[in-house]
Amino acid sequence: MAKEKKKVSRRKFLVRGGLGTVGVLAVGSYIFRNPIRRSLLAMANTLDVAYMGDTSHPMLWFELTKDNRIILHSPKVEMGQGSFTSMAQMAADELEIAINKIEVVHAATATGNIDGMSTGGSTSVSGLWQPLREIAATFREMLKNEAANKMGVEASTLTVKHGTFTANSKQLTFAEVAEGVTEWEIPDTPILKDIKDYKYIGKPIPRVDLNAKVYGEPIFGMDATMPNMLFGTVVRPTKIGAKFISADVSKAETMPGVVKVIQEDDFVGVVAHSLIEAENAKKAIVVTWDSLTNLQTEDITSVMTVGNGKSTIIQKEGDEVDEDGLVSMEFRSPIGAHAQIEPNGVLASVEGTTATIIISTQVIGITRREVADRLGLEEEDVNVIPTYLGGGFGRRLHTPHAVQAAVMSKAVGKPVKYFFSRKEEFQHDMFRPPTHHVMKGKLNANGLLEHLEHHFVSGDVGNNSAMIPSMLPTIIGADVGAIRGGFIQYGKIPNYRSVYWHVDLPFATSWWRSLGLLANTFAIESFMDEMALRAQKNPVEFRLAHIQDDEAGTRLRQVIRAAADKAGYTDEVINGRAMGFAASTDANTPCAQVAEVSIEGNEIRVHKVTLAMDPGISVNPDQVKAQCEGCVIMGMSAAMFEQMHVSDGELSPTIYGPYNMALMKHAPKEIDVVLLQGTDKPGAVGEPPLGPIGAAVANAVFRLTGKRLQNMPLQLS
Amino acid sequence: MKISFFINGTSQSVEIADENTPLLWVVRDILDLKGTKFGCGKAACGACTIQVDGAAVRSCSYAVKFAEGKRITTIEGLGTKDNPHPVQQAWIEEIVPQCGYCQPGFMMATAALLEQNPKPTDEDIDKDIINVCRCGTYYRMRKAIHRAAEITQTNLNTEENG
Repeated sequence: MAKEKKKVSRRKFLVRGGLGTVGVLAVGSYIFRNPIRRSLLAMANTLDVAYMGDTSHPMLWFELTKDNRIILHSPKVEMGQGSFTSMAQMAADELEIAINKIEVVHAATATGNIDGMSTGGSTSVSGLWQPLREIAATFREMLKNEAANKMGVEASTLTVKHGTFTANSKQLTFAEVAEGVTEWEIPDTPILKDIKDYKYIGKPIPRVDLNAKVYGEPIFGMDATMPNMLFGTVVRPTKIGAKFISADVSKAETMPGVVKVIQEDDFVGVVAHSLIEAENAKKAIVVTWDSLTNLQTEDITSVMTVGNGKSTIIQKEGDEVDEDGLVSMEFRSPIGAHAQIEPNGVLASVEGTTATIIISTQVIGITRREVADRLGLEEEDVNVIPTYLGGGFGRRLHTPHAVQAAVMSKAVGKPVKYFFSRKEEFQHDMFRPPTHHVMKGKLNANGLLEHLEHHFVSGDVGNNSAMIPSMLPTIIGADVGAIRGGFIQYGKIPNYRSVYWHVDLPFATSWWRSLGLLANTFAIESFMDEMALRAQKNPVEFRLAHIQDDEAGTRLRQVIRAAADKAGYTDEVINGRAMGFAASTDANTPCAQVAEVSIEGNEIRVHKVTLAMDPGISVNPDQVKAQCEGCVIMGMSAAMFEQMHVSDGELSPTIYGPYNMALMKHAPKEIDVVLLQGTDKPGAVGEPPLGPIGAAVANAVFRLTGKRLQNMPLQLS
Repeated sequence: MKISFFINGTSQSVEIADENTPLLWVVRDILDLKGTKFGCGKAACGACTIQVDGAAVRSCSYAVKFAEGKRITTIEGLGTKDNPHPVQQAWIEEIVPQCGYCQPGFMMATAALLEQNPKPTDEDIDKDIINVCRCGTYYRMRKAIHRAAEITQTNLNTEENG
């Protein structure tokens, strides 16, 4: 087959210098000719999102340094999920270089290498699995061809190991191969290695960012600085729905340290020499707001009830059911906050027709576009430099504060750093929407489900997000986020359906790690336990009896068996402790959990969680386990402790503590994770293990108390 | 006004207009030690935990005027890659951090706990370590705290025997 010759322009080569770089190698390949269509299809079918970056044009993925190290420019951000480490593993294996010779950095938008959509949806490793290995292998072959030229041998006679090509007794390192070369021939993408031949993939390699995080290096958005940097802040309303009308800034303008008060049509901000001066001046600004509401939590709960709003049947098998003998039960989940510890923040510098934005964001491309649009700049003149995120969890899928900082920077002609106070973080979160669920079920004479229904209502998750093409909800008729985990996963039930209801809320709700999964699984799996009890069957066996025999069913059955076996699941209460079981399937990853629980005083104590999950290939089993442990604890926190309230139109609490979260003392002393591999590629990891925990704990509480907890947060009285 | 203290083993003087400025912002913005984090500004999350005269202190709510003459340790002064503090060594062995933002605060709180209580029980840890971690790394942190106690003990024994 003829090799496709592609001359890479010099401009692309000279993207970067000053790092002892001998040459910046741009490598592209032809993998997804139409990523958008592919992804839409994938999303609608399986809720699994493909990589949305452009891999059809040469762009900066790898830099090769003079000392033979590789700098991998990641189009995905690192927010704790560990994908930088998995990416290093994938690249090292195909490049044939030691993993400690790879440094992973966030790609700035100036390199061109960005994911057009986001980092989210548990897709970083699964989405990059194919493209990254292909690009790395292509890069290796590109170097190999050049090495053959330089050494005067056939490429097929070269062997490659530890970043070095060998032929006969001669050796050339990658860096030596690249030295002096300005134009490269990009070969066809070679065949990838057999998975069993990988040295790093599948191994528990320590995180590549471990040292930076243990020694306190300045890697987060909050840590960014620039010379002559000023501090900005923006006045935000405390009431839901408040619209900015005008502001009296006369006093603020005279306050110490104030450089400028900036009034725009939609916000008023102040820039000062220090953070404290900016905050003090902000307090002196008197804003007129319109559209104030006087809402209470009960108003939200009342509107958020199945039967309100617009419904869409998302799943339907078999017939309608006769109401006779139908068991019905309701469940609710509250408004949830992200509460990530690093507040949203940004450092913006606008100079003439260019802008630099340093930011913790999950949406690099969208942030660039929003800044360019507002300032009337070309997108390519806005360089977004992503940093490590002090938690993402979906909160940073909206980072329009970059626009406000850029406007303020332009107004003062200096770099401006701006970040939220904790109160603003809580009141202006993009919350996890509250939900209400009605479960209905009916047993046949053999104690098996003849019928199961899940009706649920939620506020927006994916709708109105800049990430979701506006026609998608129209095409599939439902909010792609709210329905996560809302499907019935028990295909042997003859008649089942799932009906989603959509209600608009007066405040913003959006992506929160695992989206609808936690609340939907809480409802469905609590009810499955209830029906198992009514059928007088073991809840594990009851679930197994309803699972169909296709691939998804087989994988789900395996995780259920693995979790139950490993935990030694029993219905008995032993020494005051009971076990609760639940399972879910999210983005094609099934997960089952057993929670071992006791009641001490009025408190629910979770002592041990046994978890089995099948994410396909675990590129880094240690970090897959870390995600499972984190999801169990974050899920416990949301299911057992957290809730936002609305009183007199204000969202509260506005501080940790009153916003009650799981602490060290609440975390299980034991989290036992069993990983299965039921497919030959990596699947979703960062969210699926958040599904079962709420129901698992509630089901254990029922065994201890005979009381079915139907509302999150789970409280005994 | 001028305020002088020792930080990470060296003496330091800062000129500050407002003596009530939280020590956190002096450490981060004037001394440019960014390892100490801002989380909430109300001493509620612990991301800003440092040590003042060996005690864990939430620096977002500690006015700089109280630091006069004191010995301050931040994560940058706890240990180095070549000579890690037992807490840092344990954190690396157990691969604790996920996003990593809250971790310096937890490590500083743990180091202070081990100074007072070289072999903390689970109950001691539950009572003393009350920072917030959103990624949910508590499970590994607990293991790392016990491991750090072990390392500290081993180091002591080695010194005694050596």
